This record gives sequence, structure tokens and C-alpha cells, in this order.
Amino acid sequence: MSSLADGTETVNAESPAASPRPEPGVVRPYHFPSFQTRILPNGLRVVVAPVHAHPVVTVLAVVEAGATRDPLGKHGLAVLTGRALAEGTTTMSALELAERVETLGTVLDTGADWDSSIVQLTALRERAGDAFAVLAEVLRRPSFPAQEMQRLAEERLSDLTQIRADSRGLADVALNRLLYAATSRFARLAGGDERSIPTITRDDVVRFHAEHFVPEATALLVVGDCSVDEAVQMATQHLGDWTGTAQPVPDPDASPRFADSRVHLVAKPDAQQSELRLGHVAVPRAHPDYFPLVVMNAILGGLFSSRLNLNLREKHGFTYGAHSTFDWRRAASPFELSSAVQTDKCADAVREALHEVRRMREEKVSDEELSLAVSYLDGVFPIRFETTAAIASGLANVEIFRLPSNYFDSYRQRVRDVSADDVLRAARTHLDPARLQIVVVGPPDVLHPSLVALGVGPVTVHAPGDELGADG
Amino acid sequence: MQIPVESYRLPNGLLVVLSEDHTAPIVAVNLWYHVGSANERTGRTGFAHLFEHMLFQGSANVGANEHFEFVQRAGGTLNGSTWLDRTNYYETLPSNQLALALWLEADRMGRLLPAMTQPKLDTQRDVVKNERRWSVDNQPYGTWWEKLPALCFPPEHPFHHSLIGSMDDLDAASLEDIAEFFRTYYTPDNAVLTIAGDFPAGEARRLVEEYFGPIPRGRGRPALPDMSVPFSFGGALREVVPDACALPRVFVASRMPVLGTDAYYAASVCSAILGLRTGSRFERSLVRQQRIASSASCFTFDLAKGADLFVADVTALPDVSAQRLEAAVHAELDLVQQHGVTAHEVQRAIALTETHFVTSLQSASERADQLSRFATYFGDPSLVNEQPARYRTVTAEHVSAFAREFLVADNRATLLYVPIEQPADADVSDVEVAA
Repeated sequence: MSSLADGTETVNAESPAASPRPEPGVVRPYHFPSFQTRILPNGLRVVVAPVHAHPVVTVLAVVEAGATRDPLGKHGLAVLTGRALAEGTTTMSALELAERVETLGTVLDTGADWDSSIVQLTALRERAGDAFAVLAEVLRRPSFPAQEMQRLAEERLSDLTQIRADSRGLADVALNRLLYAATSRFARLAGGDERSIPTITRDDVVRFHAEHFVPEATALLVVGDCSVDEAVQMATQHLGDWTGTAQPVPDPDASPRFADSRVHLVAKPDAQQSELRLGHVAVPRAHPDYFPLVVMNAILGGLFSSRLNLNLREKHGFTYGAHSTFDWRRAASPFELSSAVQTDKCADAVREALHEVRRMREEKVSDEELSLAVSYLDGVFPIRFETTAAIASGLANVEIFRLPSNYFDSYRQRVRDVSADDVLRAARTHLDPARLQIVVVGPPDVLHPSLVALGVGPVTVHAPGDELGADG
Repeated sequence: MQIPVESYRLPNGLLVVLSEDHTAPIVAVNLWYHVGSANERTGRTGFAHLFEHMLFQGSANVGANEHFEFVQRAGGTLNGSTWLDRTNYYETLPSNQLALALWLEADRMGRLLPAMTQPKLDTQRDVVKNERRWSVDNQPYGTWWEKLPALCFPPEHPFHHSLIGSMDDLDAASLEDIAEFFRTYYTPDNAVLTIAGDFPAGEARRLVEEYFGPIPRGRGRPALPDMSVPFSFGGALREVVPDACALPRVFVASRMPVLGTDAYYAASVCSAILGLRTGSRFERSLVRQQRIASSASCFTFDLAKGADLFVADVTALPDVSAQRLEAAVHAELDLVQQHGVTAHEVQRAIALTETHFVTSLQSASERADQLSRFATYFGDPSLVNEQPARYRTVTAEHVSAFAREFLVADNRATLLYVPIEQPADADVSDVEVAA
């Protein structure tokens, strides 16, 4: 086999005999960390999971203040407010706050997504009390300095400039725009765009914070080397006299934009590869078919050995990877397939991806596929919660999506209960190839004829700066 | 915080590191081979990384892609990565699946070649080319991580060439290259095997002996060419890269002593003072006060051979010219080089480093990877536990001395990305040596 073999035949030339593939040992028990929930008189929920393995504590405040609460035309207000929380309080300027937090050895993480805002930090145990005090001040008494607000708005515009120069950013923005009805909040970027950001004033931010950052709308998760009593004591001391009443939670419009499949080609003539997205609006996170859908997605495009990845990557070499996912939200959430493919193979990749989606609906998955997905999701469960931050994030999902308090205790059994019939039913009910919107970002001269020839729907060509018909 | 460390060598040279921790029923298996792109020969750039892909294509008792399937079916996560001077492979699994992970790693260490075929190589070559397009060619600034080492190390140096490789060299890779590379570098005496997490040490030792013991020692890896370079460029280097990006971005790199030296720890603290988090100098000055940068950071490459690199990485705000950005970053470097740092700045940097250290070691996979790293580079995995103390000994004097010596103007290599739509003035050119 090799010219190098001369003189090396004794080395590795005879492969040592192999032992047979071992069977697993006895499963050792795992329980998601137990936690207790206390509700302070002002309505603040304090959820504490004592985990003493390492001398660290994570504190995560989750507030009902997501981007779905942005007023009309002020897209990006929640995200901007979330970022601005770290820009100073009534007692500290932005840099004094950073200095205080960082000399405690921690990092203040603030922000917002569709459904909530967060303020989070992880500190060594001996500094946890001091860190908690800072977090409480940030939550209650941000000062939103005018100068920092202006800088954050400029930085958002700068980020948008970068997103629009990047194929991945363009593909994500286009899919975002095209899945939901043009009037839906979800059709616009969570962080706001060039038109909405300049309309947001400091007063808007101050008002948004005053209305939504209230104890009744906040859950405080404390995970790590800290007892329930210690956590409740800290919460009472720093947040016990916080006041305010929660606003009703909105029910955002999540209707889809198109009833049929369409191909949206975003022209980027200099692209070296084509970014591909396929998606449609699916179901809310709290849907009863959640577990069948998670197993279905693992088989279709969630695992390395998924149908999509084995087909597009390992069989055809079109791409470095192909995946599918549900971008879970409280409202009807997007189902998305994504890949970056060789431009001359892009139409082939679309055809193969559509084939895999259809196949999920046409026939039951095999026993091997089902058992792979189920045993992966079941077995990997403890690995998902090794750190205090990961546990806090899991508990935050329970709060945001209003999951039952025994959610993590029953998770593995509910995964194991999913059958091939459940997967087929979930795919037939919730996947619809005839509604998939197809977004491709790449060189139009190669892509346009091949996507037209594919015949999966009308092909529209857009310039990267196009608003894609979204409503102002 | 101390993590338990026990290490020993098998007769075939494999260095085994065990770190027991029964907090959760999880075990991490982590294998470092002391080979990376630096070991590639001329005309075969990208080979170490392509080879990493081939290690997931099966071995004598494992089918193509079955490695992934077996581990995921066991409820585990896995991957591999290639770097300039090492390649690692790692799995994290429920602890009752330790034997499976060891068996899989041993099968490909001992019996890879029977499974290698031309069609597998051809497919993975296409996959890697698409990885290159995705991570380098089709991403704004994506070429920086091959252009910066190329600028900072001379052409004959093993760190000079591209890690992911050129399309032509990927085309040239043959099955024969696979066999040669495997026999030379993928041997027990060129590897460190770390197991971290929930396992009984006796059982782990028995399994390691059963699966890895019979694999013969290699014939000794070829010596690397001399990697030593002066800790200075001896003159400012500069390259301007017109790129399909929206905003100018500048990287300024300085050569410095390698990972593990006293100067390295001073440099690491210096990088945090300049460019880690909101309280850093770059953030205060470039992002907030001067308002010319949209993001700014500073880091070390963490190279353990030849010379390490100290890197500043700053992206402009819209309407800020590349020249202005470049001048401002050099001015910050001048400032620290001439006037040093304060004790308070050092304190902030060390506090951040310490918390990061403890929080990251909550993960069994991270513990295993750090143990393998210190075992591979220094032959002593227990050095992990000395890291917080090494950082705590760093003083403002040490950091100022580092900056004074290594951040001088003629030890700076500037890589300047300029949007193609708005090219810089007359000085857009290839590499130029100003000294």
C-alpha cells in the first residue's frame, strides 16, 4: 500500500487483534438537580437549585419582556433595553458598573429574545453575595445614559451592516422575513433594523423597563453552591421591596406569509458557496406533540447520523454539514433546514432536502433510526446539565414556556415513550413540504437557471438590500 | 479548586491520565495526538485536518460513520479538532459507556488502515473543500486565521502554511499519504489518553490495558524542523487585504515566548487588560471614548513551540477609515508599551481568569481536554492545577516588563482588512517590511 512500508513492516503492519465491541455497564442513576420555588410577597418567583459540586453560583433573572412586546414600529426596543441594562445604574456609570462586576471576576450578561429578557452572572461562591447585589441593582435601577443609548443604537446599525455583508446573515434575515405574515412581529428582526432603530428614543427604553421589569413578571433562578435559605435571604434583601404589577402577556400574530412553496434567491455574485435555508411556521413550544417532534427532528436533521447530514454530506459531499431544527418560541415556531452548499450542487441539495422531508411523512422510520434518536436524547440528558449556567438555563425554559415543574424529571420517560407511529403522525401533521419557503444566497447566474429547472415553486431574485416585500 | 490527577505510561508509550469525579454519571474520553498542520510536508497542506475527517470513516471493526452512530446511540457527544501542533478526538458519554469509547478510540488507533478506501477519501475531500468555503472563503474576514500565521512566521516555518490547506493540495492527497501519516503519527507513543469523570480507576486501567496495550509502539516520529524564531519580527510587517466585508478590521500580532513560560502568563494578563470585556482598555478607549470600534479584543494564540503570538483584533464602526482604525490600535499598544499597566488592572484581569477557570472545569470534557493539553505539551497533566497560582503571581511589574519588551513597534505585524468597495489609498499592497 505504501512505499513507506519498507523497513516499517513490523510497525503496525500486523494490526493487533481486536476485542469485541463492549456492552454497556449498569446505568448509574441521574436526577436533574432538585429545586425549590419560593414566591416573595411582591410576586417575585425565586427558584433555587443547590448544587455543591463546584464553588460557583449562577444567578439568572428572566423577565416577561421579550421582543414580542415591542410596540408597533419600535422593533428592537426589548433587545436594546436588554443590552442597555449593563450600561449603568443610578449609582454607577457604565464603566463603574463594568469595573465593579469584573473585579468580582464575573461577567454581566444582559439581553432579550422573542419571549423574555435576561440578566445573568456566574461568580465564585465567596463573591456571590456581592455579585447578587449588583445584579439586583441592574435589574431595578438602570439609568440608561443618553450617550450609551446612542452608542448602542450605532452598534446595532454596525451589526446590521455586517450581517448584510455575510451570506449566512443574509440567509437568516431573509428566512426570518419570509416565513411569517408581513405584519407579524416575527417578520422583522428581534434586534430591530435600519428603519426601526433610529425611531427608538431613550424615553421608549425607560418606559419599556418601567412597564415590564417588575417582580410579578420576573423569575430569579439561583443555581450552585448556595442553600435555598441563603438564596431567598439574598433575594429578600435586594429585591424584597421591589414593586410593580405585571402587564398581560401578548399573543403575537404568528400566521405564515405564503400558502405555497416559493424560492427566494438573494443575489450575491461574489459568494464562494451558497447558503441554503428551507422553512415554514410550525407549532408553539408547549404543543402536546413536542416530544414526537424532537425525536422526528433528531432523525431528519438533528444528529450527525441524521438523514439530511448523511445524504448531503456523507453521501454526496455537497456540504460540510446539513441540519434541521425548531427555533422554539411560545408562539408558533419556525421549523428550519439549513446548510452551506457548493454552488453548482445547490439545486441538487434542495432536491435531496425536499426528498428527505417528504420521506419523513411517507413511511415510518426504521427501528434503528428510532432507537438511535431516543437513546441519544435519553442518554445525553445528564451531559446537558453539567454546569450551573446550563441548569439555570434549563430552569429558565421551564419558566418561559410554562412547563410543568416535574418537566425534567419526566423528560427521559417521555422521550422513551415516543413510537415510530408517533413520529410519522407528527411529521404528517406538522411538516409540510408544499409550504416550505426556500431561501438561497449566492451567485444568481449559476443558481437561477438550476433553481427554475428544479420546478419546486416560483423563483424570485432579490438584491441583498431588498426589504423582501416586508411591511414597513 | 484542585482536580484529581493520576497518570502513567503503558509499555507502548501511551500516556494515560485519569481524573475521577463522581458528581454526575458522565465520563469524558479525550485523546490528543501530538501532530498538526506543522507536521505536513510541502504540497500537502491541509492534510492533518483531512486526516482527522478520515478518522470518522471507520476502522477494522467500525463502519463508515459508525463511530458517530455508536457514540450518539450510547447517549454521547463527540468531535475532533485539528490545530497547528496537535489533533484531538473526544467523546462525553453516560459513565456506563466508558468501555465503548475506549474500544472505538483503540480500534482506530490500532486498526485504521483496513477501512480506508478511495471513495471515502474522495467524499471527505469534497466535505473539507466545503468546510473551507464555509469557514474561510465565504465569510467576511474568514481568511484571517490563515493569513495571520503566514504573516508572522517565515515561509519555511511549520506554522506558516494554511491549516485547512489549499484546494490544490487537498486534491493531491492520496490513500498512500493517509497510510504514511497514520503509521508515522497515530501511534500510542505520540498520544495522550485522558479519562475524566465518573469511573472506577481500576476498571479504567483494565480497559485501557485491554484495548490499547496490544497496539505497537511507533517507530519514532520524524523530528520537526527547528521551530525557533526570534521573539521579534525585527521590523514592522504589514499586509492589506481587500475583502468582501462591510467594515475595516485590523489584527496586530506580536511574537512572544511560548505557552507555559513566565512571560506567557504576563502576556495573558496583558491581553485581558487590553481586550477582555467591558472594563478593558480597548473597550474603554476605542469603543466608548473614541467611538471608532464596534468590537475590540485581545488574546494569545497559546502556541507551545517556537514562538507564541499576542494578537489585538479590532473592527471599525461604519464611516471610520481603515487607516484611522489602524493608527488608533497602534497608539493603544504604544501606550501600554511605554507606560505599562496598574495593579488594579492586573487585579481585574486575574479575577476574570480565575472565575473562568473554575466555571469551565465544571465540564468533564473541558477537564479532560485541559489535562491532555498539559500532558501533551509539558508531559505533566497536573500542571492544570497550578494555573490559578501561576496567574496570581503575575504583578503589574511583570506585565509592564512584558509590554515594554514585546509590544515594541518593530515587533508588530499588521493585517488590515479593507472592504473591497472602498479600497484604501495608495498603500494597498502585498506584504511590506518597513524596517
